Amino acid sequence: MISVHNLVKKFGDFTAVDGVSFEVKDGEIFAFLGPNGAGKSTTIKMLTTLLRPTSGTIILNGGDPVANPDAARRSFGIVFQDPSLDDDLTAMENMELHGILYDVPSKLLKERSKELMQFVELWDRKDSLVKEFSGGMKRRLEIARGLLHHPKIIFLDEPTLGLDPQTRNSMWEYLKKLNKEEKTTIFFTTHYMEEAERVAERIAIVDHGKIIATGTSESLKEQTKSESLEDAFLSLTGKMIRDEAATPADQMRMRHRVWRR
Amino acid sequence: MKKIYILWLRQIKKYLRSKSRIVGSLAQPLLFLLALGYGFGSVFQKAGEGNYIEFLAPGVIGMSIIFTAVFSGIEIIWDRQFGFLKEMMVAPISRLNIMIGRTLGGATVATAQGLLVLIISLFFGFHLSSVGAIIPAVGIMFLIALLFTALGTMIASLLDDMQGFQLIINFLVMPAFFLSGALFPLKGLPKALAFVATIDPLSYGIDALRFLLIGEVHYGLVRDVTMLAIFTSVFLLLGSYFFKKVEV
Ligand SMILES: Nc1ncnc2c1ncn2[C@@H]1O[C@H](COP(=O)(O)OP(=O)(O)OP(=O)(O)O)[C@@H](O)[C@H]1O
Ligand SMILES: [Mg+2]
Repeated sequence: MISVHNLVKKFGDFTAVDGVSFEVKDGEIFAFLGPNGAGKSTTIKMLTTLLRPTSGTIILNGGDPVANPDAARRSFGIVFQDPSLDDDLTAMENMELHGILYDVPSKLLKERSKELMQFVELWDRKDSLVKEFSGGMKRRLEIARGLLHHPKIIFLDEPTLGLDPQTRNSMWEYLKKLNKEEKTTIFFTTHYMEEAERVAERIAIVDHGKIIATGTSESLKEQTKSESLEDAFLSLTGKMIRDEAATPADQMRMRHRVWRR
Repeated sequence: MKKIYILWLRQIKKYLRSKSRIVGSLAQPLLFLLALGYGFGSVFQKAGEGNYIEFLAPGVIGMSIIFTAVFSGIEIIWDRQFGFLKEMMVAPISRLNIMIGRTLGGATVATAQGLLVLIISLFFGFHLSSVGAIIPAVGIMFLIALLFTALGTMIASLLDDMQGFQLIINFLVMPAFFLSGALFPLKGLPKALAFVATIDPLSYGIDALRFLLIGEVHYGLVRDVTMLAIFTSVFLLLGSYFFKKVEV
């Protein structure tokens, strides 16, 4: 379903993704783990046509997203690490806009919006502007929106960040159900090791833009002779804290906040 | 088609919801009508040019349109900051259609703003030559709006953040407005200034508006509309060209 070969992304002199290769099978649940700044989001952005790879090849659902972005875009859904809702629209309007952009028939759009918003417990707030939502509510809406069009592949970049355990569990229940019933391929990143261990069929560990290990959580533990996935992760990536350089987007957001005051 | 419509609708909704923006962007035209309109009225009259408010109103309408339009185009930077641009960019819709939907939305908003200023200027003593003239005038207003929304889109595609925004306003929008003949008659200008006016697309827009609203014209309606159409097409092309290259 996803096949990546020698993928590289450079920002100026800095290599964020440095020759990554991996395969994700049809209907598989695959996790990308790695310290801050490892290059997880950058890889996802290349897979999802938001960034052009510096070099390397990607095959997504049988096509090349670089050469044929439109076909690729039809095949996946994504929940971004950073916010991507329109704050000036209501929750429902955000869902509708998404549904229309993805050609969801209007009857199905209504049904599914209701189902998903009930599921993330936002149905009674459906006509509130998103800017009135708490961080966790926004996150839940992002997830509901990402699932709206039942894509073949779903990318989740730290989807559970900032969610309470109840929501996290029920979200994974839903995703697993989707994975079983519709054979949806799931590609996600997370910093919660127990989540990766519980959900992912296979895990790749990335550090400094390179994949340093791939396998099931069992095999990773074996390889490193560790008790838990967390220990395996730490033994593979070291204990040093990464000081991730702020991206221009972050800096911009900061400035904007200052400016708005 | 439906996708373009929903992006258009989004712009309209956002505009209607930001009451402060509507009111705020009426303040400047009001100030111009008041201060310049009444301030220069008698000088203008003595110079044998007739009623200044009549002359000024189409210029101020043009001003409110270009400011709103450029701003609508530049809003892409905000979409990028707040992340919504990503949502549009990963959707199965061509960049061209995103650009079209947004530009039509921005242009509609700017035209509405222009129409609002037209109505306000009636209270300042502006007279329409005929009520029917409003319809073709709205057409011209929409062309101006399209042109400058596309320009704003182009600028936003080239800028990373709002840092350059003030620069653009000072070096592009202000000159486009002040040198367009919005405030003074184009006839009898020094050669250099007259030349600059001929390469300023807003000159043609305002000239056409004057013709339709008060029956005065400098270049002639045919030339106005032709030039405006050419400029608008060029900027739409440039806007979509640069927008295509945007990475999130
Ligand atoms: N647009 C950009 N310009 C320059 N550098 C960038 C850009 N985007 C990302 N980077 C850099 O690339 C590296 C990888 O970033 P990426 O966002 O992929 O990390 P990540 O693995 O998702 O980390 P996290 O766990 O913190 O989300 C970082 O060092 C980051 O600073
Ligand atoms: Mg990330």
